[in-house]
Amino acid sequence: MTVQDLSPRAPVAGPVPGSLPAPGPGRRFRPNLASPKVWSWIAFVLGLLYFFLPLIGMFEFSLRARRGEYSFDAYRNVLSDPQFVATFSYSVVMALCTIVLGVLIVAPTAFWVRLKLPWLRPYVEFVTLLPLVIPPIVIVFGYIRLYNTSSWLPMTGTAMGTNILLMFGYATLSLPYMYRAVDTGLRTIDVGTLTEAAQSLGAGWGTILGRIILPNVLVSILSGAFLTFAIVIGEYVLAALLNRPAFGPYMVWMGGNRAYEPAALAVIAFTITWACMGLIQLATRLSKHNRVERR
Amino acid sequence: MTFLTIEHLEKSFGPTRVVKDFSLSVEKGEFVSFLGPSGCGKTTVLRMVAGFETPTSGTIRIDGKDVTHLRPNQRSIGMVFQAYALFPNLTVAENVAFGLKVKGVGGEERARRVQEMLQMIGLPDLGARYPFQLSGGQQQRVALARALAPRPQVLLLDEPLSALDAKIRVSLRAQIREIQRDLGITTIFVTHDQEEALSISDRVAVMYGGIAEQIGRPFEIYNRPATRFVAEFVGQLNRIEAAVLDPNAGRVRIGHQEVALSRPLPAGERVTLACRPEAVSLGAAPGRDLILPAEITEVDFLGAVIRVKAKAGLSTLSLDTFNRPDQPPPQPGDRVQVSLAPADLLVLEG
Repeated sequence: MTVQDLSPRAPVAGPVPGSLPAPGPGRRFRPNLASPKVWSWIAFVLGLLYFFLPLIGMFEFSLRARRGEYSFDAYRNVLSDPQFVATFSYSVVMALCTIVLGVLIVAPTAFWVRLKLPWLRPYVEFVTLLPLVIPPIVIVFGYIRLYNTSSWLPMTGTAMGTNILLMFGYATLSLPYMYRAVDTGLRTIDVGTLTEAAQSLGAGWGTILGRIILPNVLVSILSGAFLTFAIVIGEYVLAALLNRPAFGPYMVWMGGNRAYEPAALAVIAFTITWACMGLIQLATRLSKHNRVERR
Repeated sequence: MTFLTIEHLEKSFGPTRVVKDFSLSVEKGEFVSFLGPSGCGKTTVLRMVAGFETPTSGTIRIDGKDVTHLRPNQRSIGMVFQAYALFPNLTVAENVAFGLKVKGVGGEERARRVQEMLQMIGLPDLGARYPFQLSGGQQQRVALARALAPRPQVLLLDEPLSALDAKIRVSLRAQIREIQRDLGITTIFVTHDQEEALSISDRVAVMYGGIAEQIGRPFEIYNRPATRFVAEFVGQLNRIEAAVLDPNAGRVRIGHQEVALSRPLPAGERVTLACRPEAVSLGAAPGRDLILPAEITEVDFLGAVIRVKAKAGLSTLSLDTFNRPDQPPPQPGDRVQVSLAPADLLVLEG
């Protein structure tokens, strides 16, 4: 009687599924196209090409301002343009104000909903998603109609008023990202027990929020903040229709009037966005209690 | 003098009454445990004392001051939670200093007090560590130090040992009791572990269904349970069915023996009596006049103690004997006699 070894260590006759056959004498190397791993790699490479080829092309184009050789002339022109500095500074200031406003609105709201009104969470989430389905043009026309110079609150009548209106608009546009980031952060800590522990030690709401809750979701707030920053820097519709000197309208204006500079601007804008993402990572690593935790 | 007074406390969540007419007076420096199964309302009472829940009715007084409607941060209570609840973004020293800082204690005094607290809990060198760098037992000791640092009037412990392993639990509960005695702080301790409650407390409040079934010293709770629930919940219990012969004289028949109990019995033909395992002896024993024939059904060798189960008539009795190296334990199937004293029999009512 023969006993067949059915243990997992038993040698398997023929090629192992998914492996490439060893090239023998007189045999040519041929990838096994039936293997799912090969298709995964093909899909990955295609994805990379899809994303990076336009960027590489754009970058290459931005370097061709000088005839017959590559140069950074387009970048030099952009960076030395006083309008670039003015619009970029304006958008940076607006982004920072929007971040402050967003954090002030979102952090206490998300905290309170999680702590005291958990049944309200689906509704709040729905409201925070609305900016994704309502186009900015609808929002800005709403603003103009509600706050024009003949309305009960004529905010568009002054530059400061319009700036404030624009900041509110930006805060609305970034709401889905900011809320989700903060809410995800709150999910990682036991908000209820930490709050009660702080209360039992005599802390009021301000202390609890400022010294316990916010530091523990700082990384989430920062990721929301950087996403807000990236949105504000590239935003066009609100700024253009409210007629504010922001970076978005400047990029569009540049695109209609210059050849190489718009490509250089786009590369700069991408760099800013990626820098923001890098900063999120950096903030995560530098956050003291998180850093030690990962060791 | 009564320091913490809870009077006619009630709490309802919607239509459900989770605490019903709960009253308790706690002396200054006393250690009282709330013992009961899950959902009995013990944590709800504790949370009402802490201020995290608002009572539906009733009053809570600390040192004569009505705190029923004060916010938690105005009550001068220290609380230790089951889940430690240390602030993850703060070091151990910063955690302990938190309450002092909130109170406005100056830097030097604060540092001195933090060091004193860390010394007290036996972790003087771990001030710079973050909570996640500590073991569960260490975290809970830091939580205790943090709660005690601002010198609260009342210390509330909400199942602080539940998340720890058995060995740490025993050592930490001894440490908690020692610290509590040293500081003389009035303490309420919530637990569902009867051994914990009996070993650590001056008094125990056994709770069931939102009601304090019995409040008393551990010895009373264990030996003289006031209700059937307390008798069954606290410690192990042997049940013995008996026929009532004369309820007024407390005379019953167990097996073929007539026994006179020291108290009158409820009217009825039958009564359920109970006794603790240590009240039953294997074989005849002096002072234990009630002798029943039995058959050994189970023997558990636990080391120092051997737990034996023996079937006597319709009842299965559990009894403990000490291990003796020169005497092998009985075997299942052995026919033996068990003896007990009628005075040790409890009458289970209800």
